[in-house]
Amino acid sequence: MRTAEPWTATGRLFRLNLRLDRVRILVWVLALAGTVYGTVLALQETFPDGEARQARAALLDNPSAVMMTGPAFGADDYTLGAMTANELSLSVLVAAAVMSILLASRHVRAEEESGRLEVVRALPVGRFAPAAAALGAVAAADAAVGAGIAAGLLAGGLGGADAVAWGLATALTGLVFGAVAAVTAQLTEHSRAASGMAMAVLGAAFLVRGVGDVIEPSGSWLSWLSPIAWAQQTRLYVDLRWWPLALSAALAAVLLASAVVLAQRRDLGAGLRQARPGRASAGPSLLSTTGVARRLLRGTFAGWTAGLVLFGLAFGSLADSLEGSIADLPSLGDWLAVDLGALTESFAAATLSYLALGVVAFAVSGVLRLRGEEEDGRAGLVLTAGVSRVRWMLGWLAVVGVEAVLALVLAGAALGAGVTATTGDARWTGELTLAALAYLPAVLAVAGLAAALVGLVPRAAGLSWAVVAYAVFVAWFGQLLDLPGWARNLSPVQLTPLVPAEGWAAAPLVGLTAAGLSLVAAAAAGFGRRDLIG
Amino acid sequence: MDTPVIEARGLVKTFGPTAALDGFDLTVPAGRVAGFLGPNGSGKSTAIRVLLGLLRADAGTARVLGLDAWADAVQIHRRTAYVPGDTSLWPGLTGGEIIDLLTGIRGGRRRRRRRDELIERFELDPTKKARSYSKGNRQKVALVAALSAQAELYVLDEPTSGLDPLMEAVFTDEVRRLSDEGSTVLLSSHILAEVEKLCDTVTIIRAGRDVESGTLAQLRHLTRSAVTATTTGDPARLAAVEGLHHLVHDDGRLAFDVDDARIPEVLRVLADLGVQNLTVAPPSLEELFLRHYGDRSAEQGCGHDAGRGAGHGAEASR
Repeated sequence: MRTAEPWTATGRLFRLNLRLDRVRILVWVLALAGTVYGTVLALQETFPDGEARQARAALLDNPSAVMMTGPAFGADDYTLGAMTANELSLSVLVAAAVMSILLASRHVRAEEESGRLEVVRALPVGRFAPAAAALGAVAAADAAVGAGIAAGLLAGGLGGADAVAWGLATALTGLVFGAVAAVTAQLTEHSRAASGMAMAVLGAAFLVRGVGDVIEPSGSWLSWLSPIAWAQQTRLYVDLRWWPLALSAALAAVLLASAVVLAQRRDLGAGLRQARPGRASAGPSLLSTTGVARRLLRGTFAGWTAGLVLFGLAFGSLADSLEGSIADLPSLGDWLAVDLGALTESFAAATLSYLALGVVAFAVSGVLRLRGEEEDGRAGLVLTAGVSRVRWMLGWLAVVGVEAVLALVLAGAALGAGVTATTGDARWTGELTLAALAYLPAVLAVAGLAAALVGLVPRAAGLSWAVVAYAVFVAWFGQLLDLPGWARNLSPVQLTPLVPAEGWAAAPLVGLTAAGLSLVAAAAAGFGRRDLIG
Repeated sequence: MDTPVIEARGLVKTFGPTAALDGFDLTVPAGRVAGFLGPNGSGKSTAIRVLLGLLRADAGTARVLGLDAWADAVQIHRRTAYVPGDTSLWPGLTGGEIIDLLTGIRGGRRRRRRRDELIERFELDPTKKARSYSKGNRQKVALVAALSAQAELYVLDEPTSGLDPLMEAVFTDEVRRLSDEGSTVLLSSHILAEVEKLCDTVTIIRAGRDVESGTLAQLRHLTRSAVTATTTGDPARLAAVEGLHHLVHDDGRLAFDVDDARIPEVLRVLADLGVQNLTVAPPSLEELFLRHYGDRSAEQGCGHDAGRGAGHGAEASR
């Protein structure tokens, strides 16, 4: 049955969404525009002439670099523009996609989950208006990010059509993943699950693009299956072409239309997937102090671990193309006494540090859930039921800790299994599984910091994500931008020795462990003393 | 009589295996305050959501203000104000901002003075962010936003669940005022006293079906009054009266229930017996309620939360 006036009040709700998100969107836009501008300047300074850039280009032809950057266009004439586009575009695209996913699931699903949508829908508001206003806000945020990026490039001296193309590519890629989140939001009742599914799609797009480009440096058929590749295939600052962006626009439109159609097939508040009835009484595993934490973190843990294992396997199985990349570059072999074993080792070590970043992010999100429990008043329920605060917090942190160890071990084992499968050398599996544990102190330190914020300055707990973002930034750009050593070493992941390529240096590991443990102690002490703050 | 403001026929709504509504009928004539009574999980909120076009019924028809509840939802909402049972607000906005936001989306004439008057009457601090509001204060925000609108129909889903008795009195006042102005009100509740105090008609819903509906007088007619008396005579003659139940006789003090239709007869007998004092308590809604839910609790072998309380009512269950 058709409904009358389906779009009424879209404009008002759109303005409300922008009002609710103005700070959030502004932070994203400024952070991304600033990163682009700063990176252009830093690259200019670090690689002042064509010779320096050409030397950098020669290092790009290995799978690890291709996975973390983009298709190598213009490598034979590596201009500043080509270099910026190649080194920076992937991270900008991923950031815009993450922003869009978070905003979309917030406006589409969280509003519905919390019951606010019911209040709004009972007003004279068209049936499509809330969703249209939500996606409109995502599109506006993406447009702002795109404009910010173009402005950052222009300010850095890389203006012109390519800057506009980059901005547009970023905005459209963001919108594609925002639309993915709009679709996943129809499938499930919970905004956390909706954004998790959309993030999994983003992870898959990242992997597919990477593996596709490793197969063929300017993009193979596989690359073209990933929306991230479409943005990069515009050949920014090399040989600009616009048509791949039509693919992004078309996919976004199709996804948005499917979200609307799916939304009509379900009830307000429900997902397309019917919720199954759960247990009537608590199983034994739930009935302990740590049982609640294990249960609540189950989905997060499973999602992160599955993602990390997949990444580990995919990266690991690229190890054999290392041999190929050396064969392509005989001069490199003349230059350095390259031993394939050592090359594989350093590739695996670098990959392991990327995987460790994932575990750090998981641990921080696990610790911050403790704060969420407090904010929503559920921690109060548990604490007044007779659990001491310190026990509640330490129990929770212990669960996060054990799961982080498991995630590290599994990620390391998956990477090792991938390398073993392609090189046929069985020692890698054991070695990389063990090596993954070297990152445990780093995880402990960052998670400890998050816990300390929760325990001592709960309102600032969200700042823990800034530490994670910084660690990712250092891993991605630290070397490229030639950041000073002390700045890089602010990231605990960077402080960790690159095992197995480097030895197990004791000092940083012991230092990080000590720091982590003291932070946890401070967290428990603080949490035991302060007010519960909703 | 004009068309009823709410007219629902044979509504069915299932969620997976559970039928939240199962052949539900409801009629609310214009200008009435209609009570909508049922315990938790009986389908009250589902019925209200169907009437507001938020959910689509699997079968049956729902017409509100003469319009189709699903297809013409926007038009209906322009003339309807709604307070949900559990109000969730935007944590970063203040109460005042949210009230203006909600009335702004509604459009129409702004009733600034009415808004301020309601804020004052409900003792709401409109400058606080919604995250710091208690349940009662969130409820007040929704109430002020709804009551300051000029609507033909007000749909209030357990609106007093977070309010203290003083605020409940303010609420009662405000609903009377709406009724005086000629608006129609649908008030869902599991608080019997509230419905009894405010409503002209009552519909009782149980397991997704309307099990009884009518004016309070009509419903009372179906039930019994509780009588207590002190007499000097022999009460044996009373036992012969038809429609008299649970007679207890203790040293001149009498207590029994009687079908309302038999009250004149009982009074004659009591007068003959030399009655010294007499109370005839009309049936409370509680009794009506228990008659409809009492058997369910018996089926399940356990009591439930709604409407249990006054001891004498429990005997009325069959």
